[in-house]
Amino acid sequence: MPDEKEEKPVKIEELDERIRSMRRDVSNNSVHKTKGELPPSLAGIAARAGVELVAGVAVGAGVGYGLDLWLNSSPWMLIVCFILGAAAGMMNVYRAVNGMGMSVGFGNTRGKTDLEREE
Amino acid sequence: MASPVEQFKLKSLVPFELGGVDLSYTTSSLWMTITIVCVTAFLTLSMRGGRLVPGRWQSMAEMSYEFIANMIRENVGAEGRKYFPFIFTLFMFILVGNLVGMIPFAYTFTSQIIVTFAMAATIFIGVTVIGLVRHGLHFFSLFVPSGTPLILAPLLIPIEVISYFVRPVSLSVRLFANMMAGHTMMKVFGGFTVLLGVLGVAPIILLVALTGFEIMVAVLQAYVFTVLTCLYLNDAIHLH
Repeated sequence: MPDEKEEKPVKIEELDERIRSMRRDVSNNSVHKTKGELPPSLAGIAARAGVELVAGVAVGAGVGYGLDLWLNSSPWMLIVCFILGAAAGMMNVYRAVNGMGMSVGFGNTRGKTDLEREE
Repeated sequence: MASPVEQFKLKSLVPFELGGVDLSYTTSSLWMTITIVCVTAFLTLSMRGGRLVPGRWQSMAEMSYEFIANMIRENVGAEGRKYFPFIFTLFMFILVGNLVGMIPFAYTFTSQIIVTFAMAATIFIGVTVIGLVRHGLHFFSLFVPSGTPLILAPLLIPIEVISYFVRPVSLSVRLFANMMAGHTMMKVFGGFTVLLGVLGVAPIILLVALTGFEIMVAVLQAYVFTVLTCLYLNDAIHLH
């Protein structure tokens, strides 16, 4: 194969470039994760989801009860906050399952590089 | 026969009271001290040699370090680095506390909601303060998901606010409930073994499986607690 010798220096340069870009990535501390990859631990997500539902309802009801005591509006704030709390709980589970973290706001916390974040 | 929840009873070892507040050194405190001593001994003794090619102990210490370092890098990014000491300490404390609790007659301090809630509340307050310091009032844009139609805002903002305040509760309840339920279940099966006499072989087999499962839960819950801390930190640092 005659062109192999000509190609070799190119390959080494390519390799250099790759090493450099990888070093840059490491120093930027960016994430190498392919999109759509399953989160590291499904069991972890399962362990998170159940509690989230109950906690949402409980916190909602607690906030509602507190507001009722404060505003003397029994039982309206309890009812409203109970429903809002249940909604919050479900939303948190939905986000956990979608790999969006347990976050408030709709951003995807997993598989996002720092560069993407800055954009 | 002892009740299965008797294992969670606190005994005060060194009674101490300050201004009407009971600050006794309890079994829980004792096992926290043991945990801290174990973690410190593990990390310092295994890294004492500091060889280039690590031995068994050193590579265990390095693996736990790298595990958390990677977790922070993946979930928080470069800015998360300075919070490494806190997150690593948190992880080792919970992990070793859970595992030490698996030793027979040991006390599992993570099975107390006040312990887990204290940790979760610290994280919650800390993360909120970090977010407020970094972003000022802009931090509150966290409660308005991007692309929310204005009509839906009155409905979505309360939901988001509640979902923010759910964090410390779910974080602490998750760890506490898992540890408490697991340990109670093991005690119940232990009770069956005693009651059934010769037939007690069946619950013993289950108990062996359950012990393995509990060790998995202990590690998993430490991991989940730490990952969620990272995610919350990420939220505060990078607003969406």
